[in-house]
Amino acid sequence: MDHLTVTVGLKSRRRFFLKLRRQTVIQIMALSGLAWMIIFNYIPMAGIYVAFSDYNVAKPMFSAPWAGFKYFEQFLNDAKIYEALTNTLGISILNIVIGFPIPIIFAILLNELNSVRYKRIVQTVSYLPHFVSWVILGGFMINWTSETGLITDLIKKVGLVPPRLGLLGDPDYFWGLAVGSVIWKEMGWNAIIYIAAIAGINPELFEVATIDGANRWQRILHITLPSIKGTIAILFTLTVARLLDSNFEQIFVLYNTLNASRSTVVDIYVYHVGMRLGRFSYATAVGLSRSIVALILLIISNRVSDKLTGVSFI
Amino acid sequence: MHKGGKVFNIINITLMTLILFITLYPFWYVFAVSFNEGKDAARGGIYFWPRMFTLENYEAVFRNKDLTTAFTISILRTIAGTVVNVLFTGMVAYAMSKTHLIGRRIYMLLGTITLFFGGGLIPYFLLIRDLGLKNNFLVYILPAMFNFYNMIIMMTFFKELPGELCESAELDGAGDLRIFLSIILPLSKPILATMALFAGVYHWNDFFMAVLFIDRRELLPIQTVLFKIVAEGEAQRMLSRLPSAVAIRRTLTSEAIKLATMVVTTVPVICVYPFLQKYFVKGMLIGSVKG
Repeated sequence: MDHLTVTVGLKSRRRFFLKLRRQTVIQIMALSGLAWMIIFNYIPMAGIYVAFSDYNVAKPMFSAPWAGFKYFEQFLNDAKIYEALTNTLGISILNIVIGFPIPIIFAILLNELNSVRYKRIVQTVSYLPHFVSWVILGGFMINWTSETGLITDLIKKVGLVPPRLGLLGDPDYFWGLAVGSVIWKEMGWNAIIYIAAIAGINPELFEVATIDGANRWQRILHITLPSIKGTIAILFTLTVARLLDSNFEQIFVLYNTLNASRSTVVDIYVYHVGMRLGRFSYATAVGLSRSIVALILLIISNRVSDKLTGVSFI
Repeated sequence: MHKGGKVFNIINITLMTLILFITLYPFWYVFAVSFNEGKDAARGGIYFWPRMFTLENYEAVFRNKDLTTAFTISILRTIAGTVVNVLFTGMVAYAMSKTHLIGRRIYMLLGTITLFFGGGLIPYFLLIRDLGLKNNFLVYILPAMFNFYNMIIMMTFFKELPGELCESAELDGAGDLRIFLSIILPLSKPILATMALFAGVYHWNDFFMAVLFIDRRELLPIQTVLFKIVAEGEAQRMLSRLPSAVAIRRTLTSEAIKLATMVVTTVPVICVYPFLQKYFVKGMLIGSVKG
């Protein structure tokens, strides 16, 4: 009996190695991808050790002595964190409330254009800002809000008084500028999926509805919107799951010392504390706490999406 | 079409035209000002056409050693980074498209985790530093060599290619590497174009890697130099470094040079993306369905 299982074991093991040998090349290909992920994704993940140690800048990542939860305790007593959290949530929530519906409305209205050619022109142009970097857009914005800039001119022409140090020099306008510029940059790009979903609706539905005397609003309300409901639900939960993410590059460019009280989001705070002040362990602890809360948010919204629409994205 | 429809159409067309204008005008404005004499432009009031047309801002850009070096770095990293990223990610995607690949589910799981969790900025910074990539051109290429999300998109595309082609090539004695290079890649132009566009735009637009890891001026890409000009007011220094023959013209301003540099930086991207539109729309959809 024992003898038999051993031979069977040997045979299947031999078959396994034979199979493995036949796929040596694709194994090497896949493993090189895995090796890349271990170096550039998993080593930094293990690097959260820095948050639990008294890290010294000059030494390698894993060499510092264990410090326990010291830096997490400091973090709870840091008033600046609450400001950063407020800014992050404030900008994110505005981005959801205002920024989320706009691409949907744009896609629906675009679909209602009768001229196919005009539709394509508007669509192509609407992608344009997505491909331009935040450095350039930030440069545009700084130029327009400067003393002789376009927006400053506009404000004066309307009869209002622009803030003395420019819009970007006044913390009160920062959230609005951040949200507005994201909408301007990404509206067309974010509409791609909705436009495709609308294009996939069976045209007979519209024809039948028209024959039945439905007007345009009724068709949008009873055919277009219900048909893209699933897409909207998935993208909405994904957006909510990213509540703690900020557009780092955008805010990094638009940030200055004058608007810092409203522009310091958590990611920017981590950058400043870590890279500028050199408090690596503390900055890592802040970043890690953010990632963990973000992960929990993602899991919750995935559950909700699964329950409501039957679609889960993890 | 009844009357309500007509009113709707007029409002809708007007709205879309307004969107066209709001999207395009900022670019046009910067374009117009960049062709105007700097001192004159500083008075403001230029909205549609240059008031005092000149090419001297552009001349200053192309005569400035710092800027031309930065453009060269950007071009080099965009070409090298895009080729390496598309080939490497594509190669992994080819292997992962084979369902009989041993360990495939573990590889997928390990990759999926990276989509949802990471170590954050500081450990990443320390890793790159410990790898010796600081002040090294490879810092642009290696960390951007692979992208798991793009791998999934390419894998999905490869899976849908007719399997018989690979089988008959296998019977002819072709190995996997040859099948990948001479059968799969030529059949996958649409997805390769999409991935190349995404990677290319990333490389052309990225400024942050150099902010973190490059101190040597001659290795900075144009976006980082622009960032320093925009955020740190470095344009004045550039102005003072111009060859004296150019600088002597007192009409040049740092603001005008800045705008001209922005135009030069933006034009390549604007010229390329419309031609790849039908590809990237498809790529986005594969990503959203399977991602």
